[in-house]
Amino acid sequence: MTLLIGSITIGLILSLLAVGSYISFRIFKFPDLTTEGSITLGAAIAASLIVYGVHPLIATILAFAGGFVAGGITGLLHTKFKINGLLAGILVMTALYSVNLHVMGRSNVPLLSDITLITYFEQFADFITPNIESINILGWTASEKDIYVLLFILITIILISIIIYLFFKTNLGTAMRATGDNQQMIKALGVNTNLMIILGLAISNGLIALSGAFLAQYQGFADVQMGIGMVVWGLASVIIGEALLSKKSLGLLITGAIMGSILFRLLVAIALRWGMNPNDLKIITALFVFIALIMPGMLNKFKRKGIC
Amino acid sequence: MLKIINIYKTFNPGTANQVKALQGVSCEVEEGSFVAIVGTNGSGKSSLLNAVAGTFIPDLGKIILDRMDITKFPEYKRAKHLGRVFQNPFTGTAPDMTIAENLTLASKRGQSRGLGWAIPKSVLKEFQKRVKPLNMRLEDRLENPMGKLSGGQRQALTLLMASWQKPKLLLLDEHTAALDPKTANKVIQLTEKVVEKDNITTLMVTHSMQQAVNMGNRILMMHNGKIVYDFEGDDKKRLKVNDLLSLFDEIRRKEQINLSTAEMLEKNYI
Ligand SMILES: Nc1ncnc2c1ncn2[C@@H]1O[C@H](COP(=O)(O)OP(=O)(O)OP(=O)(O)O)[C@@H](O)[C@H]1O
Ligand SMILES: [Mg+2]
Repeated sequence: MTLLIGSITIGLILSLLAVGSYISFRIFKFPDLTTEGSITLGAAIAASLIVYGVHPLIATILAFAGGFVAGGITGLLHTKFKINGLLAGILVMTALYSVNLHVMGRSNVPLLSDITLITYFEQFADFITPNIESINILGWTASEKDIYVLLFILITIILISIIIYLFFKTNLGTAMRATGDNQQMIKALGVNTNLMIILGLAISNGLIALSGAFLAQYQGFADVQMGIGMVVWGLASVIIGEALLSKKSLGLLITGAIMGSILFRLLVAIALRWGMNPNDLKIITALFVFIALIMPGMLNKFKRKGIC
Repeated sequence: MLKIINIYKTFNPGTANQVKALQGVSCEVEEGSFVAIVGTNGSGKSSLLNAVAGTFIPDLGKIILDRMDITKFPEYKRAKHLGRVFQNPFTGTAPDMTIAENLTLASKRGQSRGLGWAIPKSVLKEFQKRVKPLNMRLEDRLENPMGKLSGGQRQALTLLMASWQKPKLLLLDEHTAALDPKTANKVIQLTEKVVEKDNITTLMVTHSMQQAVNMGNRILMMHNGKIVYDFEGDDKKRLKVNDLLSLFDEIRRKEQINLSTAEMLEKNYI
């Protein structure tokens, strides 16, 4: 049970990564590799500031700001300096590795006795129901604190997603979506598409850094290696989400990304439970995304052959 | 209204693919006039429109719109004053977004876009009112994605979007070329209606001599990156399709003569 709740919680936290990936990959059709650096950046900023004594809420907000700037730089390299999108992401990701080491001062920052947002959530649980320590769900017992943390994170993620959804329904957000959909058209309608791309990647990486900040606080540490494989992870969540809710409306796609992230995390937990070697995790994730990417084309081919 | 002063543009200069697309084009377009631009493939018609729209900055020369020197303006900045419809019906609209979203994007052309709600309930009525005259029953489908519509429907909407806010200048680049004859006709009628309603200054590139003769009050013929004929007023009114066709023949004949002279020179001297 604890394992299940833990997996769902981490899935929820990483759903911000999924939503960020959805913005860059799907809305802007921009294969953004900044992700691997910005999720670590978020974790590094949050953890270091919290250890330094900064209020965890402020540390978390500054983590978002860090990712925002990182994404903005990738956008700037791509638009103003005309560097290929993949390469721009790689450059920023590589530079961020050093930045992250500088922010943390070493390769790992533990958050053992420090007060984090998670601590607040747990304290809140004690405050509301001081006498209950565990809760019975369908015959399973679960730690009451874990449940509260899960609920709080769920609420936070829902709030952030609603804000993102509403943002993309504003005039500015609509212009951003149009930039990804048909750049020539929206330029002809007077939108500075370069600015839109910069801003879009900034928001995307801000969310990804936010995901890193929550992850560090939940796991109790930030590590300079934690970003490895996160691009594929985010993409996998987006793809699962699209498969779950096939309709193409913005709200459903964002919801899908969140659900995809949770489901993917659960699948991974189950696979590990069944005895999968943790070392194989990344290659299996990569294989999974590969299959998901070629699946639609293959299906079409089979269909066409079936008709002929 | 629009002054094009001696503009030049060479693509890929200094390479094997060098193309002199515009070679000293000058013309002045008065407010409210409708200019048809004709010419052979590759004569520089699209390049002329693109230079005005800012797709590229000319190597030389100036473009003045309404006393404003826009020669160096980036594309998105000029868009405030320009309405554009492209040859490809898919270029002018965003396929994954709804009709209403496309319209709302167009209704804000050249304005700053803030955090206001993109499609407040109040504008839907206006959208329906303005889409209805297209007679394509699109007013009931505002929530449908643009990508589901036919090329003709998308082109009609693009035209509507380009003129949603009265532009100082409307640029039409073979905007009916990709449509079937019936739909093309419809879009042409719509073009006349839109242009007349607000008396919009218009440049229209076309390969249809019929369109060029029937519409507007001026015809420019381009060849090899230059304007070679310019008919206005009564000259334009008198011009028939056949006159234009014989001009094309004449250009072709001159070209052949030029070619054969070149051959002769080559034989004699090399
Ligand atoms: N972006 C570009 N890069 C390189 N060459 C170009 C570019 N745009 C146009 N050209 C070249 O410039 C010349 C003029 O092209 P343009 O598109 O203006 O012709 P056009 O009169 O519109 O022809 P058509 O009737 O076929 O549309 C052509 O030789 C074309 O290949
Ligand atoms: Mg052309």
